[in-house]
Amino acid sequence: MALFTLQDISVAYNKQNILKDFNLEIEKGKLVSLLGPSGCGKTTTLRLIAGFLQANEGKFLFKEKDYTKVPVNKRNFGFVFQNYALFPHLSIFDNIAFGLRLRKNSKSEIEKKVMNVLEIVNLKGFEKRYPQELSGGQKQRVAIARALVIEPDILLFDEPLSNLDANLRVNMRVEIRRIQQELGITTVYVSHDQEECFSISDQVAIMNKGIIEQLSDPATIYKYPQTKFVADFIGFKNFIEFDKRTDHEDKIELNKSGYSFVLHKDAQMTNASGKIGAIRPDDLLIREKEDMGAVLENSLSGRVKVSTYLGRSYQYVVETPIGDFTVNKEMTESYRTGQEIILEIPRNQMVLVD
Amino acid sequence: MQEKNRGLALFTLLVFLFLLGPLLIISVTSFEGGNILKFPPEELSLRWYENIFNVEMFLVAFKTSILVSLGGNLLALLLGVPAAYALSRFDFKGKSVINAFFVSPILIPGIVLGFAFLRYIVGTYQLPIYAALFVGHTVIMLPFIIRVISSSLTNFDFSIEEAAESLGASKLGTFFTVVLPNIKSGILAAVMIAFLESFNNVDISVYMTGPGVSTFPIQMLTYVENYFDPTISAISVLLMFITAFFMFIVERLMGLTYFTKR
Repeated sequence: MALFTLQDISVAYNKQNILKDFNLEIEKGKLVSLLGPSGCGKTTTLRLIAGFLQANEGKFLFKEKDYTKVPVNKRNFGFVFQNYALFPHLSIFDNIAFGLRLRKNSKSEIEKKVMNVLEIVNLKGFEKRYPQELSGGQKQRVAIARALVIEPDILLFDEPLSNLDANLRVNMRVEIRRIQQELGITTVYVSHDQEECFSISDQVAIMNKGIIEQLSDPATIYKYPQTKFVADFIGFKNFIEFDKRTDHEDKIELNKSGYSFVLHKDAQMTNASGKIGAIRPDDLLIREKEDMGAVLENSLSGRVKVSTYLGRSYQYVVETPIGDFTVNKEMTESYRTGQEIILEIPRNQMVLVD
Repeated sequence: MQEKNRGLALFTLLVFLFLLGPLLIISVTSFEGGNILKFPPEELSLRWYENIFNVEMFLVAFKTSILVSLGGNLLALLLGVPAAYALSRFDFKGKSVINAFFVSPILIPGIVLGFAFLRYIVGTYQLPIYAALFVGHTVIMLPFIIRVISSSLTNFDFSIEEAAESLGASKLGTFFTVVLPNIKSGILAAVMIAFLESFNNVDISVYMTGPGVSTFPIQMLTYVENYFDPTISAISVLLMFITAFFMFIVERLMGLTYFTKR
């Protein structure tokens, strides 16, 4: 059963819709990410859950109670900000104790809870310091501790790692996941970083222009995107808009400008009507024209248009009769620009999207 | 290069002399032992400093000035803090107009403003002298309060307000527990600058003061019209010290805010 639900939510700002008939259900104990480019409405959704923002239409249900009009300070949701938002005039101890004091906890209780949460975020011994004496990573730990200590019903993260450097980001996201799982706390996590979201989430909602394009576990999204936007966002660089799709029992036949392709019919690939083929640059195969051998299926003849060096592999832009393709290939020696090659789309590597 | 620097140094020195010279001369004359203000003094004495405290009208005017400046300051704070907060925190239509409106008392010549007050506060509304002084001084302090507090709010990270709210604080509680403590030094600096502005004010006060009620600077003017002894120099020296002391504190305060903000 869902812990909380956003029901037909619409948010408009300056007569522009940010969210339109938006629906989302989140189960207790899960970490759900909202992922999307800037302006997709993910932060709006988060601020709506927190109560910083009121929807023009729709309902917010928490434990099946109508929470739509409940003010922020009565919600008991923890919020972790992108810029940490620590209180600069208070010590780390007092920063964390802030919420407890408002809840009229006794002095000894506060002391115990603050020390306990400092241990959870690995900041024991920092309680007497002030925010400006801490590094970015430490500040964010304090911010997490401050949100955790009030034992919130939901924990909300607004791009919490985007101000940290790359190494720290990886460490911190592991920390966040560890704490979230240890405490079993329902969490909504907003980010524009795909890797970050995929690595820590139970479910990822990919958002675009105020709607959720796909909500699923990370592995499913990674392998079976449903829409062209999702596919593009997670790295399917090549798209073929087929003219015709014919479903057979164990395969799908596709046609584009007289060229025909065959796909394995995969039970998990749920899109029953999509006619756009999507394929990652890593999954395309290139062959030399000479050793083409017997395999002609799913192949196109093409010409290398651009060749760039990526470090571990080369990236080519290949010109074919049905459009340009981006292909990554690991090898020591590159194909020459202008070289005629054969491009093959493996039977099981293309997905069909809307 | 060296030559140029020496020329610049000389020029700077001259400017300093020009600016500080009169103050220096006044300071020296305040130690005159004789009955007439002159430079250089013939004999040295502190008797004119003593005299300040013997002239009753100075003591009364000093009390009036302190009362008006402090009271007006409190009033200006009550109006200015919320105004500065709203102007920094929110975006709304006509914000720049309101901003300009609040600063306008600085832009309008004091002598004109004073006349307007005379015409309306004293004339039309017939306010008693004390009340008129309070209102007038509140108005001249308000722009300083708003400007200084606004500037300490420009670096203010308003997301800590949201943080406080998400932890359970009400809007009003957030203002007192999170906003105020972080602009404390800005408020103190604003109070001091406004106090000096009000305490040293002549052009507005001169219209508002009446029989029996006078502010300190006005009393000084009156005194100079009648007497020409070095008391006035002694008072000037005291005022300079008070002002310098306040400005020193303001300097330290605003310096501290920069230090803690980062």
